[in-house]
Amino acid sequence: MKPAPFKYIAVTSLEHALALKAEHGDDARFLAGGQSLIPAMNFRLARPAILIDINGIGALAGVTFNGTTRIGALTRYRALQRDPAFSRLVPLIGEALPHIAHPQIRNRGTIGGNLSHADPASELPAIALALRARFRVQAAKHERWMEASDFFTGALTTDLRSDEMLTEIDLPSQRSRTGSCFMEIARRRGDFAIVGVAAQVTLGDRNECTDVRLVFCGVGETPVDASPAAAILIGHAPTGENLRDVAASVRKMVEPAGNVHATADYQCHIAGILAERALQAANRRVRDGR
Amino acid sequence: MDDDRHDITLTVNGTPYTRRVESRLLLSDFLRHDLALAGTHVGCEHGVCGACTILLNGEPVRSCLMLAVQANNQKISTIEGLASKDGSYHPLQQAMHDHHGVQCGYCTPGILMTMSAFLHDNPSPNEDEVREALSGNLCRCTGYQNIVDAVMSAATQMRG
Amino acid sequence: MSTRTLGEPIKRNEDRRLLTGQALFIDDIELPGMLHAALMRSQVAHAKILKIDVSRALQRPGVVAAYVAGDLGDYWQPGPILVPPPPIEGIIFHERTQVPLAKEKVRHVGEPLAIVIAESRYIAEDALDDIDIDLEPLPAVVDLEEGLSAGSALVHEDVGSNVSAYVRQAKGNYASAAANADHVLKRRFRYEHGISSPIETRGVVAHWDGRAGQMTIWDTTQAPVFVRNGLAAMLGLNERQVRVIAPFVGGGFGPKIMMFYPEEVLLPWISIKLNRPIKWIEDRLEHFFATTHERGQLHDAEIALSKDGRILGIKDVFLHDGGAYDPYGLTVPINSQCTLLGPYVVPNYDSTFTQVFTNLPIVTPYRGAGRQHGVFVMERLLDFAAHELNLDPAEIRRRNLIPPDAFPYKNEIIYQDFEPLEYDSGNYEPVLDMALEAIGYNEFRQEQAAARAQGRHLGIGVACYVEGTGIGPYEGAKVQVQSNGKVSVATGIGTQGQGHFTVFAQIAADQLGVRVSDVDVVTGDTDQFYWGAGTFASRGAVVAGNAVNEAAKVVRKKALKLASDLFECSEEDLVIDDGKVSIVGIPEKFVKLGDLANQANPMRGAVEPGTEPGLESTQYFGPKMGATANGVHAMTVEMDPETFDLKILKYVVVHDCGTVINPMILAGQIHGGVAQGIGNAFYEKLLFDDRGQLLNASLADYLLPTALEVPRMELAHTVTKSPLNPMGIKGAGEAGAIPGGPLFAQAIEDALDLKDRGVELLEIPLSPSRLFELTRYAKR
Repeated sequence: MKPAPFKYIAVTSLEHALALKAEHGDDARFLAGGQSLIPAMNFRLARPAILIDINGIGALAGVTFNGTTRIGALTRYRALQRDPAFSRLVPLIGEALPHIAHPQIRNRGTIGGNLSHADPASELPAIALALRARFRVQAAKHERWMEASDFFTGALTTDLRSDEMLTEIDLPSQRSRTGSCFMEIARRRGDFAIVGVAAQVTLGDRNECTDVRLVFCGVGETPVDASPAAAILIGHAPTGENLRDVAASVRKMVEPAGNVHATADYQCHIAGILAERALQAANRRVRDGR
Repeated sequence: MDDDRHDITLTVNGTPYTRRVESRLLLSDFLRHDLALAGTHVGCEHGVCGACTILLNGEPVRSCLMLAVQANNQKISTIEGLASKDGSYHPLQQAMHDHHGVQCGYCTPGILMTMSAFLHDNPSPNEDEVREALSGNLCRCTGYQNIVDAVMSAATQMRG
Repeated sequence: MSTRTLGEPIKRNEDRRLLTGQALFIDDIELPGMLHAALMRSQVAHAKILKIDVSRALQRPGVVAAYVAGDLGDYWQPGPILVPPPPIEGIIFHERTQVPLAKEKVRHVGEPLAIVIAESRYIAEDALDDIDIDLEPLPAVVDLEEGLSAGSALVHEDVGSNVSAYVRQAKGNYASAAANADHVLKRRFRYEHGISSPIETRGVVAHWDGRAGQMTIWDTTQAPVFVRNGLAAMLGLNERQVRVIAPFVGGGFGPKIMMFYPEEVLLPWISIKLNRPIKWIEDRLEHFFATTHERGQLHDAEIALSKDGRILGIKDVFLHDGGAYDPYGLTVPINSQCTLLGPYVVPNYDSTFTQVFTNLPIVTPYRGAGRQHGVFVMERLLDFAAHELNLDPAEIRRRNLIPPDAFPYKNEIIYQDFEPLEYDSGNYEPVLDMALEAIGYNEFRQEQAAARAQGRHLGIGVACYVEGTGIGPYEGAKVQVQSNGKVSVATGIGTQGQGHFTVFAQIAADQLGVRVSDVDVVTGDTDQFYWGAGTFASRGAVVAGNAVNEAAKVVRKKALKLASDLFECSEEDLVIDDGKVSIVGIPEKFVKLGDLANQANPMRGAVEPGTEPGLESTQYFGPKMGATANGVHAMTVEMDPETFDLKILKYVVVHDCGTVINPMILAGQIHGGVAQGIGNAFYEKLLFDDRGQLLNASLADYLLPTALEVPRMELAHTVTKSPLNPMGIKGAGEAGAIPGGPLFAQAIEDALDLKDRGVELLEIPLSPSRLFELTRYAKR
């Protein structure tokens, strides 16, 4: 399975990358980690005429903490896994990383590449929504910031225009008394999630829920924000009973399509179970401390 | 379109090479056929089986998911460089031999490269950690048990 | 004969090259001027071919040639039948074998339509886009029952139906047994086995040297001798002009013994035509279509029992998915039919199967070779019978085991070796007892109850099987002592990781008193050994191993005779050890084997009439029938009752394969087989849609078990030697893979109380999603 021919250009600056993309539009693709793009090219499902290798743009990689957490799009999963400060500040991503493929993939794959690829079963898009992430998107002549929830528009489809690149992911600081949990069901560790959930719970002084985030991957063409289904928790302490009600609401809300590994009904069933279990864990983590 | 060719210079197992390669040439094919280092094997060309795993600047990566041109100015380590120059085994190779961790041998180079990097970062793993580290390499012959035993044994050896 | 190394865990001779990346696999072969092939394969399962036009492909720079069926002329012919139908009364068999390139009609996704030869595989794949194909799709035959119904599309119109074969075998009289039975249970089962998916796919390199008149073919085949013979005949060459070499092969498991695959047939012909070496390496995507599968069977089975759980008879009617062509005859369903009987006394048996043509890839043996299907039916019937009769599942099995004094045990029906099924030897109850002990069977119910009190769901399964192994026709071996004292062994079978380079060395080393590491074994090269069948059906160690033993025995005798002449003493006064022959009690009086070999090949002095030069012998071993191995697997699992996630807690195998040559290599074979059994039971499923399209054709979606899915396994064995060969060996290559299906079904039912909830697991593979679907409307 060999890729079709293309013209390869390695760049070392964002300006050069964006200029090329502006020139070639959809005929060109950015090559970051390549862990999604190159398999697609080997299967000849993707056949870009031009490949712009952005691995040399050092400025696009790295994490900075300054009120918010800013992750350069070219930051590799491995770098995130090895950064103890990052895992403390963004435990949802830290918890999800071991579920993303395998170490060899994580040594190359980048967060920006994963988000731009927008696989419906991928963990990071769901987490980005759960964390209310904001994305910086740049083109040669403009840039814009957008909510993660506006970025994902369909299966393997984003709002990126043909001259744009996702360059930064900005995560608001986590409020105090906030706990999170990422969980997924997959056939084998590292496989795409059959269903995955990113849950986050913020508690007030009486241990009542003041904010809840609940976002799924794998049950829709894009991440599914099921936070409204968990809204009944607001003002109450999460209990076995109200969490079961959340699960029931989630099951009514999600409309998974099923896939080669699971029926739609199974996915629906699992979504409810994961909602319960993840919210319970997130809640426990706040109350019992990390 | 005409071939898009690029000059690359890289080091493989400490030896420098300069070649002119077509842009779409996969790193796995470059190593195996252009450099005649056929110990790295190809099993799937979509990044799942791990047979093609090599070390890129010391980190295990799938060589079927990299282009040869991306290896420009990089340091690659392959199975051919794992044993010492005098032929004596790396402790992992010795352990795989002692524990019968090799049957057909096709997945073996990828596993050895993956686990040599793993043990470098994790000198005292438990069995669960070894299995997790091994889970990105498929083996169809051994059922993994003897490979796990070999890695645990090599880890003990390497800790001295 | 010394048995110094028999039964010893001798480390492998072949490891160094494999561990250092120096072993030659097919894609490592580079020859000057070599060209590369890519095949245009049908994307449609069933279609009339209206047009295949390669003219644009020929214009692409770097493309050297492109061929369709019509270009092959007289060379184009359907492949030979590899295993003819067995001599069973009333058998119906419609032979339809695969073709090198499709002509007129395409019968499965992946069937080759054209082949392109280019300077590189990259360019050859580019050229596939240039080929103009016009196909008229036809309805695809995918479902077995629909395929046999009136009005179904026909895979082979001239057959008149989709019946590839019909076989009925019986012993005793089931009808009267059932009429007099206390209980009769009927169930419908569906068992699907999967694909072999070795980590190395297939490959062929063909090199015609016109000036030498020599064809050399490297091939990842498990049967180099048959491939040599067949291709020589097809190409109109003398057999000695053709050399087939199976290099190191990265896993075989059965489908690499399917022969005269289109690529094997095409490449040598093209090499002659272009006078260049040609290479084809199957890529992983192709492997899902281009290499044979095993797939599914649908069984309507019933069992008649006495009230104390004894089997009075079994009746089974099943459909077997054979795929689009049937070159491998009936090996797989006959194995299902025979292996169903298991280690049990089944006085009456009535078994009928129909092998159905479908528009899916060809089915040929894959590790287990149909035994899995039969074992699933029997073990499940016994489980349901135990439940109805309120018997423990292990107890019902114990009551039906063939007693140890009943061997050789005749099961009468015809087996894949074309002989009436006969178990040569066995002692089954101790194997069951050891497995139950090892898994902690008696203590398990308490453990289970205690876990349930904590909300944890544990379950246990036990499954028994027999495996007919070591069938003929024969294998041969040449053993030779060289002048440096090292021993060379050559045999015709190939090696795909089973340790032949060590196991055969052990056998020769023991006969000749040399170190195992001083024995050099060559397998799979038809120039090194001319005759043989191949590595399949768990027969390598049994048949080739015995041939090595016979040849080594003759060489030993020759050495002793020569030494006795040299020392002027009787052969009984001599001992061979450490590479030397010496007089018993006088170690200073010795001669090295290498020197004896030189003396046997004199520069002066004729060789006596009736003798041969050197210390060499070629011998053959041909068992009349297969030897029967047996085993019991037991497993405990924990299930998540909400997600149906499964974790194996403990896995035990107790196995009897007669004399064990190398227990370390044997254990490795069992481990690997169990891993494939786990994959088959719970992870690997070929998902075809109703148009015959495979929906999960990648390793991301066809799920092979990893180190996290395969648990640590505990092995034990008993030894009941086979009387059928001098070494007492039975085969062991497939054993691990056979009982995984019923084991999982039983353990899962136990963990989730399914029988009490009115749910029975009647199918394999299972998965968490499938278990959810099967249990969602359960009684409680």
